[in-house]
Amino acid sequence: MKEDWNGILVYLEQEEGRLLPVSRELLGEAFRLAEKKNVPVFGVGITNQIARLKKTLEGYPLKRVYLYEYDLVFQVNQYERALRQCVDEIRPEIFLIGGTAMGRALAPAIAVAYRTGLTADCTELDIDDYGNLIQTRPAFGGNVMASILTEKARPQLATVRPGILIPLKEGDCRKPTFIRRKLEEQGRRAKILDIRKIQIEASIAEQSLLVAVGRGIKRKEDLTMMRRLARLLGGGLASSRALVEKGWMKSEEQIGLSGTAVKPDCILTFGISGSVQFQAGMKHASNIISINTDPNAGIFEIAHYPICGDLYEIVPEWLKILEQ
Amino acid sequence: MESGKYFSEGVRMIKIAVCMKQVPAYSDGMMDEKTGRLIRSGGKNRVNPGDLSALEAALTIGELEEVQISVFSMGPDSARQVLKEAFAMGAQKGYLLSGREFGGADVLSTSYTLYNGIRSQGDFDLILCGRQTLDGDTGQVGGELASWFPIPYFAGVSQIQPVSQKGVQFKQKMGKHTWEAWMDFPCLLSVDEQDYPPRMPSLKLRMAAGKKEVELLELKDLPDAREEHYGTKGSATRVRKIFPPLKTKKQPALTMKGKEGADYLNELVRKIAKIEEETP
Repeated sequence: MKEDWNGILVYLEQEEGRLLPVSRELLGEAFRLAEKKNVPVFGVGITNQIARLKKTLEGYPLKRVYLYEYDLVFQVNQYERALRQCVDEIRPEIFLIGGTAMGRALAPAIAVAYRTGLTADCTELDIDDYGNLIQTRPAFGGNVMASILTEKARPQLATVRPGILIPLKEGDCRKPTFIRRKLEEQGRRAKILDIRKIQIEASIAEQSLLVAVGRGIKRKEDLTMMRRLARLLGGGLASSRALVEKGWMKSEEQIGLSGTAVKPDCILTFGISGSVQFQAGMKHASNIISINTDPNAGIFEIAHYPICGDLYEIVPEWLKILEQ
Repeated sequence: MESGKYFSEGVRMIKIAVCMKQVPAYSDGMMDEKTGRLIRSGGKNRVNPGDLSALEAALTIGELEEVQISVFSMGPDSARQVLKEAFAMGAQKGYLLSGREFGGADVLSTSYTLYNGIRSQGDFDLILCGRQTLDGDTGQVGGELASWFPIPYFAGVSQIQPVSQKGVQFKQKMGKHTWEAWMDFPCLLSVDEQDYPPRMPSLKLRMAAGKKEVELLELKDLPDAREEHYGTKGSATRVRKIFPPLKTKKQPALTMKGKEGADYLNELVRKIAKIEEETP
């Protein structure tokens, strides 16, 4: 019976005991939803640094936080056991997970375990008149939005990409109750042969200025010119999905719901028509400047500075000015 | 619905199942406004690019070891084209899961259908999927499929290599780390499409593909043939409504050419940088 399920559980993704921003964003949303329903919020984290993670969470008004100690490399079936134990104990009606690589691997396992629905990469969450979670995301290629309900099954399971929701602010004096557990290794697991820290170049999410390019780029070589422009403006180069599919840009450089959500001070889009998927990943930028030859480009709907023009005429001229 | 361990050990030929999907070639909103379901008739279709990469990964393994590649696709009759294309690239077997009972499926019900389709054809060592589709774009079917068996699941992997017919070695990126791992069969991997650009079908294979038969799998052919577990009935989610995205107040576009545009942009970006600097 779905009436037996109560409260909201948030998966607290962390790295070395530090809470990831996406977890703080999910908490912010969880409390907003919890207020509407008048239900408690719970958290579950799996970490090799319990003390540090516990400390970060002390200021948050969560009812109960389950902390699992585990110091091996992430694997779905291992983490899944901890999450299922929590779900069985709490029986939360809503379970929110970050739309990260890890979250996107974990959520399906939970969905099948409880034969429940899973709405990935939601851009908006809300509660309907019957207390159900309304899960909204761009649908089908991204020119329409869909509101999705998990009517009978529980928990209602949703993932949200980093950078989409408003993070929870610290400062409540209520401390959560912490429950510490050890996650023991069980069952089949991969053998890790080698592990390395990735040298991440400044991610597009960290840049305060972005030059974003799309289908309007005619040849791969032309990206050199765009990269030079980004560098001269002191920012980074990013892309829509079209160029990633062509193999011209890396997936780490892709803005959008299936790429990275960005919130730079300034974003310049060149030759990007602006699907809803793309817009979902950048519409919170403080200043959106869009250059496109098509006066009806979708991106002009949200651009603060829409410019109908040809990037192949404008950019070379701009480079001349910048290189003077 | 039931799930359970379904694989045996000690195989000589690596049996690979690849999941592939037909998606619309153009990503414009083609949805039934009333039911919120995908409208598939009409428009042009293509094979989901990520799934071609999954097949490419299977074929690459086939260059190192003896493999049998079976491709599974769920969709309407037009999705035969996916399997024909898979034959032309080098897949040995192609199964189309089709029937009105499968229609309107969400992630849970789609993954359950694929699970039943795959297990109706015996034991597989390795299941390969694309990382995500262009249309649904949730990237969650592979993960749910693995959970039905259940078998270990690894997403977005690259450099897959078979190891002595017992397992695979691969690279996976997760957060700030990348690792090399070894997993014994059976397991499910979704592949990083950047590592596996699909090969062009050879003329010879393309000719042979024309003669090859796609095997149709209907509800009655599945180990679990209860209709209520499939399609809309087997789905846990329902689309309540679809609507156009919220629009902000549209700014009028300025039309600009070459130097004029460059001057304007240069000034604008400088102004913005200055304002952003002053407002903390």
